[in-house]
This record gives sequence, C-alpha cells and structure tokens, in this order.
Amino acid sequence: MDFELMINSFPKLLNATVITLKLLSASLFFGLFIGLLFAVLRMNKNPIINKFAYGYSYVFRGTPLLVQIFIIYFGLGQIEYLRSTALWVILKEPYWCAIIAFALNTGAYTSEILRSAFQTIKPGFIEAGKSLGISNKIIFYKIQIPIAIRQSLPAYGNEIILMLKGTSLASTVTLMDLTGVAKYIISTTFKPIEVFIVAGSIYLFMTFLIHNLIKFLEKKYSY
Amino acid sequence: MELLAFGKTGWGDELFYATLMTLAVSITAMLIGFFFALIFTPLKLSKYKSLNLIGNFYTTVIRGVPELLVIYLFFFGGSGAIMFVASMFGYNEYIEINAFITGSFAIGIISGAYSTEVFRGAIQSIDKGQFEASKVLGIKKHIQFYKVVLPQMLRLAIPNLSNVWQITLKDTSLISVTGLVEIMRQSYIAAGSTRDPLFFYSFAAVLYLLLTYFSMKLINRLEIKYSRGY
Repeated sequence: MDFELMINSFPKLLNATVITLKLLSASLFFGLFIGLLFAVLRMNKNPIINKFAYGYSYVFRGTPLLVQIFIIYFGLGQIEYLRSTALWVILKEPYWCAIIAFALNTGAYTSEILRSAFQTIKPGFIEAGKSLGISNKIIFYKIQIPIAIRQSLPAYGNEIILMLKGTSLASTVTLMDLTGVAKYIISTTFKPIEVFIVAGSIYLFMTFLIHNLIKFLEKKYSY
Repeated sequence: MELLAFGKTGWGDELFYATLMTLAVSITAMLIGFFFALIFTPLKLSKYKSLNLIGNFYTTVIRGVPELLVIYLFFFGGSGAIMFVASMFGYNEYIEINAFITGSFAIGIISGAYSTEVFRGAIQSIDKGQFEASKVLGIKKHIQFYKVVLPQMLRLAIPNLSNVWQITLKDTSLISVTGLVEIMRQSYIAAGSTRDPLFFYSFAAVLYLLLTYFSMKLINRLEIKYSRGY
C-alpha cells in the first residue's frame, strides 16, 4: 500500500470533485425541468403527445448513457447546418455536451418518477380543491405539485445518486472530473488500488450526504 | 445503408458479432452476479452483526461508486493481482488477462450488488408463517429452501431482476474503454474509419434498444410462468 501516493493524490482528486459536482448540479437542474415537462405531457389525453413523451423516456432509459454522450459530442458536430448556428458555441464544448446528455437522460427517469407520483395522488385532493372553487391551474401548482414532490422524494434521491455515478462518463469526452483524474493518476503510477480507495471514498462520502439529505427532507415534508 | 452491408464493404457483420459479444458479456456478468448474490445475500440476512457488516459493505461500496471507476480498477489492477497470486506459486512471467474475463468480472461484481439487494428484499417479503409451517412439518433446512423459499422468492424477485438485467446490459457499454470489441467499441472503430459518428452511434443506440426490448418480452413471459396461481 502506497500511502504517500494516496495523500498526494487526495488534493488533486478533491479539485476534480468540483467539476463532478458542477456537472451533477447543472444536469439535475435542467433535468428536473425536462422531467416535469415530459411528466405533464405523459398525462396528456392526446395520444400523439402521450406517445411522444413515452417514446422519449423509453429511448433514453433503454440505451446506455455512454451512447447518448457520444451521439451528442461526436455525432452532432457532423451536421453542417448545426455548425453554422449559434448553438455550435455550446455544442463544441465537451462540458456542455456532457451536461446536455446527462440532463436529457436524468429528465427521462425523472419524468417517470414524477408521472407515477402524480398518478398516486388521491383524486379526493383534486376534488376537494375543485369543490372549493380553486382554478385548475392553482390546483396543479399548489396541490398536485407539492404532493407529487413529496411522493417522489425517495425515488428521486436514488436518481440523484445514479446521476452522480453517471457524471463519471464525462471523463470519456476528455473532461477531467473525479473519475477522469483518477484514471489519469492510475495510468501514470500503475497503482489502481490506492487511487480507487481515495476516489471511491470521495464518491461514497457524496452518496452518503445525498442519502441523508433526502432522508431529512422526507421527514420534514411527511404528512 | 451500404455502410451496414455484410462482408468487406460494410460494417454489418462486424456490428452483428459485436452485438453477440455484448449479449455474451451481459449474460456472463449476470451469472457472475448471481454467484456473488448467492454468497452475500445469506451474509446480509445472517443473525451475526459482523457478517451483516461484510454484506452491507459490499452492496454499499459497489452501488455508491461509479461503474467506470470499478472497471478501471479491474482493468489496471486485474493482471497485477493475478500475477501476484501466480508469483506465490513460483510463476513469474507476465500474464495478461483477456478483456472479456476482466470486463465480465467487473460488470458481474456490480450486477451482483444489485442482485443481492433484490434477493434480500424478496426473501424478507416471504410470509414468516411459511418458515414456521415448514419447521413444524419437520422439513429439513435445505429442502425448505428449495421447495418453499425459492419458488416464492423467484416470483417476487423476477420483476426486479429484470431491472438488474437492464442495468447490466447497459453497463457493458462501459467495457468498451478496455478495448473489448462490443457494440460501443465497434461503433467507435466504424465511426473513426468512416468519419460518420452520428450514424454509427445512433445505430448502436438502436441495437441497444432492440436488445432491451426483446429481453423484456422474454422476461415478461418468465414472470407470467412464475406467478401461476396468484
């Protein structure tokens, strides 16, 4: 066991953790909006809109995240038209490509979580709102959304942890996140076990924090 | 379409074999996972705190660390570990282990952690009366497991195991970083030599979708078979 290497690599890995956390928070932020949008589309009565939303979540949940990143990072650059638009400023950066892929991926899972949460809301809540003369819009924002968020907290907590692990794939498109730096140190020192212990502990610590945060929120919003 | 032609002119046959490779790795990994689950599920359900701790350590660490990091550990550490064991037996030559074995082992350990959780949950949700009844009837411990616990457990475990299968199938795309030629690696090679990444990666996505679609169909049939009588 090379303890010196473990101590020396710790600050480097901790630095890389900042990028991991940035990727995670950005993709969760955009993913939540995408998820909410598609959850609402899934409950739409129009079969075309409904099928479209289902297709979106089916494709993104049925293919590996790695394929999604590669299509966006390597594939989209091939379209000549895209290169001439303003979008290219974003799409040429691996950082933004990774965030787009992660957000679309987590959006698909989030839409499923939110949809099942919306469906488990007792009809009595909505009926009570209607009989009090509250408009549909306010029922949605003030009754359905808060209840759905509470219902989906445990599943969403798992999704956050899955996404934290998913950000490790950013290292395949040249980003130096926690896994990227860990791989770099392993391939220059050939000490995989030591680096794995340090990087793995950082990941585990983050998982532990997320797990407890969700538990705290669950307790706070339980009814 | 001519990019997908079989033979020397297209990538059809290469991608076909790559798909078989993905399937082979997924199945091997799933079986290795079952083997690990077989060891760790009893540890997690044991009466002894220290054995519980070992079981929990395995599932927590593997499920809390990115798959890619585990693969790097095996890819870079695998041959070193084998060589260390071999040197104890007096064999000092360089040993390189095959990418298929390292890959399916790495994915298998990950898949095993998820399977362990599934089996633990399934066994715990069997009615306590079942265990007591078989005890009262004087059924031996191992017969109780095979004839009473296992059939009921499988019914409860199959829906969740199908999720584990999906996760395992998708995780195999990550072993492409070790150079094993499965769908992802083959698409990478094809995309590099034809300069058409959009087509080949999209096609890879379609292949994965087909794999998940047809395996789900198959698992649904199993589910119906094991829930007879419910």
